[in-house]
Amino acid sequence: MSEEKYVPKSKLARWFDSRLPLLSLSHHLTEYPTPKNLNYWWTFGGILTFFLIAQIVTGIILAMHYVANTDLAFDSIEHIMRNVNYGWLIRYAHANGSSMFFLAVYIHIFRGLYYGSHKPPREMIWITGLIIYLLMMSTAFMGYTLPWGQMSFWAATVVSNLFGAIPLVGENITAWLWGGYSLGNPTLNRFYSLHYFFPFLIFALVVLHIWALHVPGNNNPMGIDVKKNRNETMSFHPYMVMKDLLAMLVFILIFLGFVFYAPNFLGHPDNYIPANPLVTPAHIVPEWYLLPFYAILRAIPSKLGGVIFMFASIFILVLLPWLDTSKVRSAVFRPLYKKFFWVLVVMVILLAYLGAKPPEGIYVILARIATAYYFIHFLIILPLLGRYEKTSPLPTSISDPVLDKPNIVDKFKKTAGKYEGENVDTFK
Amino acid sequence: MKERMLIRLNNLLVKVFFIVFVITISGSANSEEKKIEFIKNNWSFEGIFGTFNRASLQRGYQVYQEVCSGCHSIQHLSYRNLAEKGGPEFTLDKVKSIAAQFEILDGPNDDGEMFTRPRRLSDKFANPYPNVQAATAANGGAYPPDMSVLVKARKGEWNYIYSLLLGYEEVSAGYELDDGVYYNKYMPGNKIMMSQPLFEGAVEYADGTQATETQMAKDVTTFLTWAAEPHLEARHKMGFKVFIFLIILLTLVYFSKQKVWSRLDSKENSDQKDETFDKVERAVTEYEGEDPKTFK
Repeated sequence: MSEEKYVPKSKLARWFDSRLPLLSLSHHLTEYPTPKNLNYWWTFGGILTFFLIAQIVTGIILAMHYVANTDLAFDSIEHIMRNVNYGWLIRYAHANGSSMFFLAVYIHIFRGLYYGSHKPPREMIWITGLIIYLLMMSTAFMGYTLPWGQMSFWAATVVSNLFGAIPLVGENITAWLWGGYSLGNPTLNRFYSLHYFFPFLIFALVVLHIWALHVPGNNNPMGIDVKKNRNETMSFHPYMVMKDLLAMLVFILIFLGFVFYAPNFLGHPDNYIPANPLVTPAHIVPEWYLLPFYAILRAIPSKLGGVIFMFASIFILVLLPWLDTSKVRSAVFRPLYKKFFWVLVVMVILLAYLGAKPPEGIYVILARIATAYYFIHFLIILPLLGRYEKTSPLPTSISDPVLDKPNIVDKFKKTAGKYEGENVDTFK
Repeated sequence: MKERMLIRLNNLLVKVFFIVFVITISGSANSEEKKIEFIKNNWSFEGIFGTFNRASLQRGYQVYQEVCSGCHSIQHLSYRNLAEKGGPEFTLDKVKSIAAQFEILDGPNDDGEMFTRPRRLSDKFANPYPNVQAATAANGGAYPPDMSVLVKARKGEWNYIYSLLLGYEEVSAGYELDDGVYYNKYMPGNKIMMSQPLFEGAVEYADGTQATETQMAKDVTTFLTWAAEPHLEARHKMGFKVFIFLIILLTLVYFSKQKVWSRLDSKENSDQKDETFDKVERAVTEYEGEDPKTFK
């Protein structure tokens, strides 16, 4: 739409904008052209921004009352829950907010996979997004440690012990992470410090993520380039803003349903037992959003192998834009990819389910099959699909259906008739 | 050829999935059979409008005080909580006299001496033992857990606590139990170090309610649920208000969005007219391979 240079109207505004172009920025953000055919799966970027800010705000308030000390942490949380005004609301919003944040980010990622948003020219959006996702996982993991309950302590023990699998320097690295020879007060303090710091890092990366998005513009459900001059785009404000707001409110309603009526549903009861290094819980499980990776970790028989595969399962996604070689972006026009996409979704959900189960019998075998499939999907199936898949014909634009040749004369007659006001049948 | 192989691979995968799915479902169904159903009870505090039964909370406090508090601490409760809204709501005078029954070590005073004094509203509940080690040693090596968040720290929450209190059974012949270990149907592993705490008439209720085993279990479970979640009533009330607000807002936003987008649709139509000629030109060119410039 309005790609021409923005010049503020008043003299003062021009003076200001030529020195600090905040007005130009805000003009760009409101006028930013978005494709008209974006569906509701495209509203999760806005939802995620909301949750990032909500987590930071509730987190800052919690930090005013929380005490990062192994003897006091658990009690300080109970102090927040009981004595701080609306402390229960802030804490439940923060704890459930992290789950909702991950739910939204998984939908956001899978939407990208389905519509090919990782493909050229959007690789940098995809990669900055993955860095954000990695930071989110580490932030959430460290946040889970802070209440210093049984699951906090033992999940942190399991994860920090992973680094012990690294040959030669493993034990030194673990001790360095712990700040001692076991998980203790120094560990809790550094986790708290980093848990406070990382969200701001995430915020900065979100700026880069959006910046990278604003260079090529949005992908869209058809996965074809939009033609800005052909009126296929609309300004971000008010059209996308209203759509985002509507979706956000629905999502917030679900979120608050948890906060007010099932605040502990997504948590683990063991985390209401103060940490005890002498008592190991029967099953140590991470939060639900880390379960697929936990399943991969335990599916590999060797510890080092498990760690390698777990990290590889995330880093392989960085290579995705080059592994998925198909020229067609959207799964709408890729009949085979569409099927494999849903197979992958089911596999990841299966992995999450297996991550919550004890690592024995049939569960281990299934986890191995699912892990193998996860890697096969990215390393073998996608490159093969790119080469051999027969894709359906692409429409010429997002507003036109495919111009199929046999009907073109009829169509031409009709449009011409409409334009010239003539009777269609008499038109030659 | 290659594409057909990929299709075949996909079909195979779908079949594998189906099998895996069936195995998983049947596997989890088997494990669910092992799970014991908790004893059912209609709790007044469940559901969107759930509130605590005031009288039950007061009786529950009495059961805690006369039965549980011999071994179990409840260190996150203060005496003032007993008079606060959404709790047992004893009168302030009553709570003051309850608190004054227990002493606390305070100090040092101006002479540098420690001294004991009766507890006040702001003091925490008195602990039966000076520390965890003492509690563990006095109970045969099993620490009686603090009851502040006990309800939230167990799978099944209040239903579990209620069932456990009523789950003591005689062991069948041949089932070996050590000294000081009891059989409980609902305890994971069925072995519990706590002897059956509630017997008919163990307390004499101040309000004249008959102190049956189920009555006491119900009351003390209600009390412990409140102790773990003292703001439950406020949470339910606020949640309802927030939902009403959000639903109204959602409706307004929905119609605003429709209005704004209808502007887009009509604009699209008017713009489309301007473009029709371009479209026709393009379509004809594509079909006939002619140069649009020469088209008349």
